[in-house]
Amino acid sequence: MFGYEFFVDPSRCIGCQACVKACEECETHRGVSMINFDYLDRSNSIASAAFVCFHCDDPTCAEVCPADAIKIGEDGVVQSALKPRCIACSNCVLACPFGIPKLVPEYEQMMKCDMCYDRTSAGKRPMCATVCPSQALAYVRPEEIARTRREKPVNDFRFGQQLVRTKVFMMAPAGLDQIAIDVVDYMWEGVSHEA
Amino acid sequence: MAKPPVDLQQLTTEFGPHPQRVPPGGWQEESRNPAERLVKTHCCFCGQQCGIQLKVRGNSVIGFEPWEEFPFNEGKLCPKGVKRYIQSNHPDRLLDPLIRTSGGFRKAGWEEALDLTVKRLQEIQAKYGKDSVAVFGGASLITEKAYLMGKFARVALGTRHIDYNGRLCMVSAGVAYKLAFNVDRSPIPWSDIAEADVVFCIGANVGECAPITTDYIWRARDHGARLIVADPRFTPISRNADLYLPLRPGTDLVLLMGMLHVVLRDGLEDRDFIAAHTTGFDDVAESIKSYDLHSVAERTGVPPEAIERAARWFAQGPRSVALHARGLEHQSKGVENVLALINLTLATGKIGREGCGCAMITGQGNGQGGREHGQKCDQLPGARSIHDPAAREHVARVWGIQPEDLPQAGYSAQEIMNAIHEGKIKGLLSICFNPTVSLPHAEYTKEALNRLEFFGVIDFFLSETARHADVVLAGSLQEEEEGVTCSTEGRVLHIRKAVDPPANAWTDSRIICELARRLGKERYFPFQSTREIFDELREASRGGIADYYGITYERIDREMGVFWPCPSEDHPGTPRLMEGGVSLFPDGKCRFQVTEWKESGDPIAEDFPLYFTTGRVVSQYLSGTQTRRIGGLVDMYPEPRVEIHPRLAEHHGIGEGDWVAITSRRAELTLRAMIVKTIRPDTVFVPYHWADEQSANKLTHRTLDPRSKIPEFKVSACRIRKAEHVPEWATNPNGGPR
Repeated sequence: MFGYEFFVDPSRCIGCQACVKACEECETHRGVSMINFDYLDRSNSIASAAFVCFHCDDPTCAEVCPADAIKIGEDGVVQSALKPRCIACSNCVLACPFGIPKLVPEYEQMMKCDMCYDRTSAGKRPMCATVCPSQALAYVRPEEIARTRREKPVNDFRFGQQLVRTKVFMMAPAGLDQIAIDVVDYMWEGVSHEA
Repeated sequence: MAKPPVDLQQLTTEFGPHPQRVPPGGWQEESRNPAERLVKTHCCFCGQQCGIQLKVRGNSVIGFEPWEEFPFNEGKLCPKGVKRYIQSNHPDRLLDPLIRTSGGFRKAGWEEALDLTVKRLQEIQAKYGKDSVAVFGGASLITEKAYLMGKFARVALGTRHIDYNGRLCMVSAGVAYKLAFNVDRSPIPWSDIAEADVVFCIGANVGECAPITTDYIWRARDHGARLIVADPRFTPISRNADLYLPLRPGTDLVLLMGMLHVVLRDGLEDRDFIAAHTTGFDDVAESIKSYDLHSVAERTGVPPEAIERAARWFAQGPRSVALHARGLEHQSKGVENVLALINLTLATGKIGREGCGCAMITGQGNGQGGREHGQKCDQLPGARSIHDPAAREHVARVWGIQPEDLPQAGYSAQEIMNAIHEGKIKGLLSICFNPTVSLPHAEYTKEALNRLEFFGVIDFFLSETARHADVVLAGSLQEEEEGVTCSTEGRVLHIRKAVDPPANAWTDSRIICELARRLGKERYFPFQSTREIFDELREASRGGIADYYGITYERIDREMGVFWPCPSEDHPGTPRLMEGGVSLFPDGKCRFQVTEWKESGDPIAEDFPLYFTTGRVVSQYLSGTQTRRIGGLVDMYPEPRVEIHPRLAEHHGIGEGDWVAITSRRAELTLRAMIVKTIRPDTVFVPYHWADEQSANKLTHRTLDPRSKIPEFKVSACRIRKAEHVPEWATNPNGGPR
């Protein structure tokens, strides 16, 4: 859908798993849900989070694939591994900095969120973002997000020295331009290490 | 007579619940075919009544598609909504009437089953009197069926005993709102929640029980609103609460009176609003004088500063909304609790304008509409009082009977069960109600059902209650009959028919009309369609509080729902009640009501030192008759677990996943532990959707609120210990009866 982007905000998630259940209804992977859902630590908190694939500009999963099975569509959507090419080696599963791809043993294939290209190409929003009751997963126009949310969309992530830009946005506290989780990213290691 | 035949295992094998995981024809086959029709309708699984489109091929519902144009939920659905379509074409579906045999149930023809039902009901009434037969209805029924049940009981059977499972839902709120405003409906449309500056949720697990409401609260937060959550459990919406009040179960009244105390102490009340729009303020102000901060903190277990802050935030809004649900209402002082919240709302002038108000969040699918038109024991269509001579005359005229032939008020749901247990009521006809799971003190309920001389059930699955039946009449699902429901907002919605009942199942309305015909009352039940029932309902409601006269199916479609009251076809409907603070009493005033503390009917004591409280999980609906048959939902939360704080668990040597025996004054229940810091250490919680040896309601008690007659599900006393044995239900290779 032209002009629409995907925004993820785990702080809105209520753990209902409507996304997980709706995903498996999709035409291209019926019965298999591609949502990465988890409670962070249920014994200590009700905090939960649901993620789709972030669809990187330069996807690590595709870079490490020895079988060249992971393709990027014209719309920037990183696809599941092509069934005839995938050798189920799990390189992508191990390499993805977001931990998204899953090896589905019964199909011997890596499957992951394809952002419902069957729906978005037909003018429909992805299933998960359409049903999400709390809009922790949202597929809307960027102007809409800017108008309604206090948080700010960010799509630059740092993993150590690796900078990853993604198609999907993460909602972050206003004033943050980049999401980094490694202490290294906050350290001064001299001019030669500057990214 | 009404004892369940044979053993439970055989019944379970034959009738389920079997969790169905794949759509009709499987993931890769029939359900892949494109839909022939998309039917715009509403989810059957809670009072939010989210818009949804059902994908239909032939006479099968094969999937769903979000309905983004419907304004309430704009395509959003919880997992129950996503998986609701699986209930159609379910292998457990009853396809023929069943008659009890010595060994179980046998299939029967409609003639035989209906004749037997009528013969037995007539025999019992002839022997013991009209009121020896009772009728149970349900709040998941479309409003036409609910209306029909009320008329059927009073006109076809001539009994005064008709009540419904909405009695277990939010009747405490209904009584309180009638006392304060003379209307039993949320005064606000949900858009007011998103406009508020303060949202106060008390006893409402919004994220799990009304998931779509979360979005309205989050939208309020997006523009800077503060969220206050009061609950013994840290529920999912609490993660974003600006203030969380972890009150002791059953102390809501103290908390609310304490908050009002702070408001008045600090001079934060709205004097102009109180003077212009209310009566009874001075008495209430007097009654909360002793509720000083220190004593309120002692009794509720909430820090004094938090109580103070909550009161100030709510009063200073400037725009504040108070949302409540079963936590507040499921108490033997449920009405008092809700009145105390209304008092707080009135004293701070937070009603009758945009972004302000108090509202009940309805739980059952048609919890609102199902109580407005006659299946409540004391109410006639249009939310009229059965005691009001003018109301009786109006309804009698619409029904073509004499007002004196209209029975007087009967017993409420639990009182009917008590009367069955005591042998005063001998025959029961039940639809859409699973009391063995949903009423408190489950063993008592089963004993009562076993004493019935005749028990007839109309249902689409063989619920645990239907196992006790002499005759089961195979009825219809929500998607099999056209009609209306009323959502939690007071918005009347159009339920479109998607498919016909399968095989020899009949629509519920046809079953009721056929029973009426056999009872010799055909001329009062000439309906050929639910549309004809709706047209009579419009007349019957005309001039009442819940006036539907101006609502038609076509208008609902055009306007995406119509809010009642809507007295004429050119009336726009009423999204916000009490605009400007004007109540529905003739004088337009809102009534402050003095509230009084009362101990729980099952108080904690030395031998039962812990609070036992019950509620829902997001993946299950009510007694689970439908949702325990939907595999995708069962997998999310397969069996009830007891939530225990680690401090309490450690004290008893209980580890995660250990079996825990929970004992109340009535029974013992053994479930696996879920050790979480999201509950008070003096409280344990079990969700109530399961039956028999997994039933939370084995432990609960039958104390009722004296006015609303709601059972006190939220407060019982218990003790726990690490169980010595794995319970029998868990060792059964087939998983046992679920």
